[in-house]
Amino acid sequence: MSDLLLFRNNADFTKTLNFKMPASRYGDTDGSGLERCFMSKVEFRNVNKSFGDNQVLTNFELSVDDGEFLVLLGPSGCGKTTALRILAGLEDVSSGSVHIGDREVTSEEPKDRDIAMVFQSYALYPHMTVRKNVEFPLRNAGVSKDEIKSRVDQALQTVGLSDLGDRKPGQLSGGQRQRVALARAIVRRPKVFLMDEPLSNLDATLRQQTRADIAALQRTLGTTTLYVTHDQVEAMTMGTRIAVMYQGKLQQVGAPTDLYHRPANAFVASFLGNPGMNLIRGSVQGGAVRVAGSVVSTTNLADRSDVTIGVRAEDLRIGDAGFACEVVIVEDLGSEVHVVCQSAESDRIVIRQLSATTRPTVGQTVHLAIDGATHLFDAMTGERCEG
Amino acid sequence: MAKRTTSLPTAGVGVFRTKRDRRIGLALTLPSLALFLLFTYYPFFKNFQLALYRAAPFPTLPNKFVGPSQFFSIFSDAQFWDSVRSTVIFVGLVVPIGVFLGLLMAVAAHQRLKGIRVYRTIFSSTVVSSAAVAAVVFSTLLSPVSGYLPSIGIHAPDITSSATWAMPMVAIVSAWQFVGLAFIILTAGLQSLPDDLLEASRVDGASSWTRFWRIILPLLSPTVFFTLIVGVIYGLQSFGQIDIMIGTQNSTFTHTNVLIYAIYRFIHVSADPGMAASYSIALFFITLVVTLIQFRILEKRVHYGQ
Repeated sequence: MSDLLLFRNNADFTKTLNFKMPASRYGDTDGSGLERCFMSKVEFRNVNKSFGDNQVLTNFELSVDDGEFLVLLGPSGCGKTTALRILAGLEDVSSGSVHIGDREVTSEEPKDRDIAMVFQSYALYPHMTVRKNVEFPLRNAGVSKDEIKSRVDQALQTVGLSDLGDRKPGQLSGGQRQRVALARAIVRRPKVFLMDEPLSNLDATLRQQTRADIAALQRTLGTTTLYVTHDQVEAMTMGTRIAVMYQGKLQQVGAPTDLYHRPANAFVASFLGNPGMNLIRGSVQGGAVRVAGSVVSTTNLADRSDVTIGVRAEDLRIGDAGFACEVVIVEDLGSEVHVVCQSAESDRIVIRQLSATTRPTVGQTVHLAIDGATHLFDAMTGERCEG
Repeated sequence: MAKRTTSLPTAGVGVFRTKRDRRIGLALTLPSLALFLLFTYYPFFKNFQLALYRAAPFPTLPNKFVGPSQFFSIFSDAQFWDSVRSTVIFVGLVVPIGVFLGLLMAVAAHQRLKGIRVYRTIFSSTVVSSAAVAAVVFSTLLSPVSGYLPSIGIHAPDITSSATWAMPMVAIVSAWQFVGLAFIILTAGLQSLPDDLLEASRVDGASSWTRFWRIILPLLSPTVFFTLIVGVIYGLQSFGQIDIMIGTQNSTFTHTNVLIYAIYRFIHVSADPGMAASYSIALFFITLVVTLIQFRILEKRVHYGQ
């Protein structure tokens, strides 16, 4: 439990930050912090990136507002980390431009972009102590010794590592290293924070705690943040907005609840949520949405012989009416049960039930009805059908 | 408590479970063991035996057993200390030059630039040229009579007559040859450094200079340390280039009479294997002590990462 962050509840956390940073959001005493924070909008303008024949980013357009916490979400290899590295200046673009504030930074060196990055591996310098690691960017920036000392003290206090300044990274736990990486990022007071799956090396309990702490830290500092993850729970809980990527293309950008409740296409629908949205083949005839001949919902869409019906696990009910499918797995998660079914219309349909509900048995044929929102997607393109 | 009847599978010590396994293991190691015994351990111990005998004035007479007194007598021999001084100067020139240039080239070739593989091949090529080839090439280049450099107006000092330049020029040729090996070792070390750390230092605003001194060099220090030890051993054992470029026929040979060359001269010029063996034992202990000192002093400045 010693791995858990100092800020076990947000009241302690905010208290510490407010105490150390009362003058402005950056704690600057010269008043320049407020001006800087209005200059930190981030924009990707029609960015393309390829490695040889492999096109990693295609016509990538994204705007992150000042002070926003935007999560780039997508499966492995979708190009999200490449986009982050392009913003950091660690990769060149093949075409297009990148802007931070009102300045184009496409061809600028990373050190000239006024950014701080937290790497997946934390990238702590193993031969330096925690304190030396945190002060490294300040030394490079030519900050005075007194200023370095006070800012490093403040950063270490913020992440709860004041007592471990003389240790080397090898003497720290995974969670503590992650906090050193955070301290090294916040000590610079940059325009933009970049975070590349910073929680992926932590265990589940610590990840959950740190998730909340990073989100709280970002809210308090108000620094524009671009956060890359493949974990949709992180994205849903941390981001002001989420940008979902797939195969190098931006699929949808919006608030977490908007994406969850109104996905732009079948990929976003199936990727967001745990479990993801069920996708079932069906048709629309005379305003009725049908699956295997059974009417499951209504719509004002014109008739279509082939449509993909999206429905959340919690919106499916097992009963006497509806379309038939076979139970293949029953997963008991304690508070709820996931019943996984198969039918000719879908390889995998998950139904979320409360534990107390009578559960079906594997191999049993059940009938499913929809008791909630239905989303319709074009069967060919996967795009949402607007009625 | 129930008696445990089964054992867990183990690696290492548990590999040879039966006598048959042990016999197969021994048979498999026998060829390399025989080669080691014949070419490494036998000469090593034979050398100690040779040092106990003083060479007879005529080859037909038997060598005389003198015990360890012959070995201890070399410490009061001015020629021995001249050789030690020459060896120290030689190693002191070859190792720093070789390691410094090797490091410089390894860092330069670590850039992601077009055609960098060609440069890597060129930089490492000196290691595959033999000492004899290197010595002949440089002698040809530098020769005041027929050299290429004098023919284009560059007059290098004549190493066969200049007492000042004989040792430095031979050391430069040896360093040139060692640079290839240093480059290969240091390049391997550089390639094993995590990219994340170098990228983090770029984001943290470090200049190329800072990145080298504060990040790359400390992380590379175990490899640099290893290269230094290899370099010292290489320097202590260098022979071919000294023999070919200077030899015994030139007046400057007394300035390049390093220990290994003195040993050679005792065998082939003086026909005194007893003294050659005594010098060899001294060289062995010098190499051992220098390496131990390197471990003791330099290792304190080496960072072994996590």
